[in-house]
Amino acid sequence: MIELVEAAVKKPIFGCHMCGQCVLHSTGLTCPMECPKTLRNGPCGGVRPDGHCEVKPEMRCVWVKAVERSRRLPWAHELHDIRPPVDNQLEGTSSWVNLYTGRDKQTPKGWHVEA
Amino acid sequence: MSRLEDALAAGRFAVTAELLTVDAGGLDAVQERFAPYADYVDATNATDNTSAHAHASPLAVAIALKQLGMEPVMQLTCRDRNRIALEAEIAGAALHGIENICCLTGDDVTAGDEPEARRVFDLDSIQLLALGVAMANGTYLSGRKIDPAPHLFLGAVENAGAPPFDYRVDRALKKVRAGARFLQLQVGFRPEQTEAFMREAVDKGLAAECALIPSICLVRSPGALRFIDANVPGIEVPVAIIERCERAADPEAECFEVACELAEHARSLPGVAGLHLISFRREAGIARLCQRLGIPTRETRADSRPVAV
Repeated sequence: MIELVEAAVKKPIFGCHMCGQCVLHSTGLTCPMECPKTLRNGPCGGVRPDGHCEVKPEMRCVWVKAVERSRRLPWAHELHDIRPPVDNQLEGTSSWVNLYTGRDKQTPKGWHVEA
Repeated sequence: MSRLEDALAAGRFAVTAELLTVDAGGLDAVQERFAPYADYVDATNATDNTSAHAHASPLAVAIALKQLGMEPVMQLTCRDRNRIALEAEIAGAALHGIENICCLTGDDVTAGDEPEARRVFDLDSIQLLALGVAMANGTYLSGRKIDPAPHLFLGAVENAGAPPFDYRVDRALKKVRAGARFLQLQVGFRPEQTEAFMREAVDKGLAAECALIPSICLVRSPGALRFIDANVPGIEVPVAIIERCERAADPEAECFEVACELAEHARSLPGVAGLHLISFRREAGIARLCQRLGIPTRETRADSRPVAV
């Protein structure tokens, strides 16, 4: 049920893909899962000179927007966080629930990088 | 310690090259590609399905290079493999004594000749670097042990010539935090962009923490420059450069001049640790470019340390 509410709120505003481990807060309120390569740590090297996406030329690069927008936020430094690999088991689940339970912060044992 | 790691650790100017892609022809095909510049380079990159076109795999080519006495840098992209396959490639490389691994996101499948393929991108390049560090520390991502832990010299690529320009050094710093010890910069035809990137890299301490290696591209014709501009993601060739080469009495020689000028400029920038040379069927040009810039052969560089070329 809560997944449906979350999707209803976040899909129209952010283009939410329901990855279940939301990082919008640290990416300038720009969903990185909108990036065709689903990059969560910054733009790839293929961004076009006009700031548009390598894969979808009609779309502005998600990360060009994320960098711009995050600079207007009081917590701008969080853009530089290193975000761990996506846990594909969480796809389709509610990130609100996963945030509450701490499930979205679980990383593989071998993941050693501090954000 | 790999030859490249050794050169960079000793503060010697490093030269790397990019092996032309291989599809067939056995070890001879690999040998003939690097033979013209073998004396000048510390290592040669085995590319990973460049521009999303399938070729012999980077691991296979890296093993071939090693068998032929050339030190490989194995490129590894996130486009075609999930994390399990990436781990298998790194473990496989380490098994063969391949230490230099360059971690890239990878051009999208739509840049290639099989755009209908599924893109993977299970990890991004920063996560791949961190995975490499985990393996060098003796575990897979799951925490399962690798014993003995392989020695790896991990690097990545950064593109100073793609937006958002004012975020590229910060992104490179993220790569260093994730584990990059060298960064081969994407080919750029705008020296002012390389210069701005390097200035910020020195100011923010990036150049002190990681070996920065700008790339220079050698082509035979203005047509090749137009092709790169139109088809290679993330590389823009200014019209002025293309037209200058087209107007020249000897367009091929003019293309070489452009590469020499860009190389000379990049080498002069504070913080630059070496050059990465990419030729499109112009392998002899790499040796000529080194001679022209007064870069001695690898052995001479190693004998006369520290060398400031």
